[in-house]
Amino acid sequence: MDKPTRPDLLRRRSLLIGGLAAAGGTAICTSAALGQQQASHVGHAAPSGAAGQEPMPAMGHGAMMTVGEVDSAVNGFDPTEMLTDWDTGTVSTLPDGRTLRTFEMTAEDREIEIAPGIKFPAWTYNGRVPGPALRAKEGERLRIVFRNYASHPHSIHFHGIHAARMDGVPGAGMVDPGDEFIYEFDAKPFGCHLYHCHAMPLRRHIHKGMYGAFVIDPDPERRPEHVAVARSRLLGTPENAGWQELVMVMNAFDTNFDAENEFYAVNTVAHAFMKRPIRIVKGKPVRIYLINVIEFDAINSFHLHANFFDYYDQGTTLTPTLKTVDLITQCQAQRGILEFTFAEHEPGLYMFHPHQTEFTELGWVGMFDVVEALA
Amino acid sequence: MNEMPRAAIRAAKTNLVWLALPLIVFGIAVAWLVSTDPLSGFRNGAPPVENLTFERTVLDDSGLSLLVRAGGSEPMTVAQVQVDDAYWQFAQDPPGPIARGGAAWLKLPFPWMLGEAHAVKVVTNTGATFAHDIAVAVPTPQATTGQLRLQALVGIIVGIVPVAVGLMFYPVLRGVGREGMAFLLSLTIGLLGFLLVDASGEALELAGEAAAIFQGPVMVVLAALSSFLLLMAIGRRSGAPTGLALSTYIALGIGLHNLGEGLAIGAAFAAGSAGLGTFLVLGFALHNVTEGIGIAAPILKKRPPFSVFVGLTLLAGSPAVIGMWLGSLAASAQWSALALAIGAGAILQVIVEVGAYLMRQSERRSDVFLTPPVLAGLAAGAAFMYATAALVKI
Repeated sequence: MDKPTRPDLLRRRSLLIGGLAAAGGTAICTSAALGQQQASHVGHAAPSGAAGQEPMPAMGHGAMMTVGEVDSAVNGFDPTEMLTDWDTGTVSTLPDGRTLRTFEMTAEDREIEIAPGIKFPAWTYNGRVPGPALRAKEGERLRIVFRNYASHPHSIHFHGIHAARMDGVPGAGMVDPGDEFIYEFDAKPFGCHLYHCHAMPLRRHIHKGMYGAFVIDPDPERRPEHVAVARSRLLGTPENAGWQELVMVMNAFDTNFDAENEFYAVNTVAHAFMKRPIRIVKGKPVRIYLINVIEFDAINSFHLHANFFDYYDQGTTLTPTLKTVDLITQCQAQRGILEFTFAEHEPGLYMFHPHQTEFTELGWVGMFDVVEALA
Repeated sequence: MNEMPRAAIRAAKTNLVWLALPLIVFGIAVAWLVSTDPLSGFRNGAPPVENLTFERTVLDDSGLSLLVRAGGSEPMTVAQVQVDDAYWQFAQDPPGPIARGGAAWLKLPFPWMLGEAHAVKVVTNTGATFAHDIAVAVPTPQATTGQLRLQALVGIIVGIVPVAVGLMFYPVLRGVGREGMAFLLSLTIGLLGFLLVDASGEALELAGEAAAIFQGPVMVVLAALSSFLLLMAIGRRSGAPTGLALSTYIALGIGLHNLGEGLAIGAAFAAGSAGLGTFLVLGFALHNVTEGIGIAAPILKKRPPFSVFVGLTLLAGSPAVIGMWLGSLAASAQWSALALAIGAGAILQVIVEVGAYLMRQSERRSDVFLTPPVLAGLAAGAAFMYATAALVKI
């Protein structure tokens, strides 16, 4: 099981890490442009330490919170940055004129801080949990170069349409430590999907952190009946730039391995968006790519305060599958796209959380900080 | 003249060398272990062993406070605290990692609900969790005058009053004959036997709740044996105790037992796991009445002054008051267990001494235990205690 990593892979790995750092830098610029402020934008969380001396009447919900902050620099990923950090790979053209999009993925063992002060021995894609949010366009050829630097066999099982050989299950695309495999298939169908490791035991491999978003944007040329909607979904178009897009992976961690989760979150860190609300520019519509990957609990949900949204289950349609709702549920691996706007609202903090209150109180809760248009 | 001291000095020096040698060898072994770390091969990346014991729970106007003791292989760090499956902010005093064997207070501004149950879960930095149930949330007794007076009242009712009542049978009992005397003494042994078994069981149970570092069961057995041997040695300085001395030892044994009982009741009371209703308090009082009779038995043929009765009553009964105070305000499981164990040792000493006294009173020596009055007394004492204990066991 504990095979030594091949030296050539190791060298490539360090190059890859350099590349990742560069990509991260780009992501910071992008997110700043979108209004995700890195600066200490602390919500109404009461400062820890002084809390103990508060008298009983002051015990508001502000005290119901994890104590401290997660060091994102040590983790190497930041939940707020991950909201807008898309991995679009590298693009080239195939002889037949089609676009080939190549992604580089690795599996690594890594201890990450999943809540303030709590270290979790995670299995990661590209050193982060959730793994990179892959994004492609419908009809492109996708090539995912996967190298396993971890201590166990891993795979990438994509939720999409592909050959059995590319399914990432035992016998097809399972990668031993130190080995490499290239998954190749067409990007279809368009929608909000996910990938995860499909090594056995499946539940443990997913719960340890091996999952991520896999979004295929619709090709407007193939969707003549909904060109405008398709263009607004397609990354890189001016129409798409008019939206504030966020990718949220609802995950949870069983830190004591008793088959019950101790911490719930979106993008790994419990209470991250309570302590640092997500900046939303009032006039711009919001689109959330929401993916549920929790283990041990059958369903998860998303409830938006003081607002309603349209929902596209699995994102494979260009018309909503649910209109004007403020709560949707997702079973394990279910996902979808939420669209809403705060254009008519007054600025302020708007909460979002699952309506399984247990999950909320164990860390999966956040705030949208709706502000007037940036000057 | 000088030869002897010089030889003695040389012998002393030689002894010193032989004393120092094993210590030096051990020191070298420790230094070698620490400096070369030959055990590093055992380090397999496994997280450290962690253990956390909840020693005290305080519920008051500022929320919830927990005294926790760490018992891990390395200092432990409390990262987060859940109450009823929700994370709450907390302050730790003193802050930082808790050393092995060390304790710290965790204070949460948690709005606990009167009369309801709460479940606390501490999450350490490794993600391990340690759970603690608050069975019934009630305000923890504070060291106020009113509270102390109330607890003293309970202590007096369950400790002093029954002993006094038992001693008040003294004039009636004075008239008993030889067989009646044997019955009373064996009644005392029977009730003490019940207390010994009961106290030992309770001490071991409490010891199980204490942090592993205290090695509860071993501590209980050693403390009981030590107190037994110590009291035996003190009691036998000038022959086997009789009369007033024997009564005093019985009162002391019962007093030490009542101290442990008081601690346990007080701690249970503070933890909200026992509501001290009138029925329960009266049950304890009735349960303890025979103790007074037992104390009176050895002095039936003497005529001690009244002050002696007052002294014996206080010696046997007042530790219940002190136990109540300490138990509800300060004690942790290991201290209650220790007090009960010392009490158990004291009771064993008294059983031995009363048994010896009973044997000396009779020409049949050890066969006295097989005579009808003694058998009846033993059975009556144990049975009465067992039956009345049913009133107070929940």
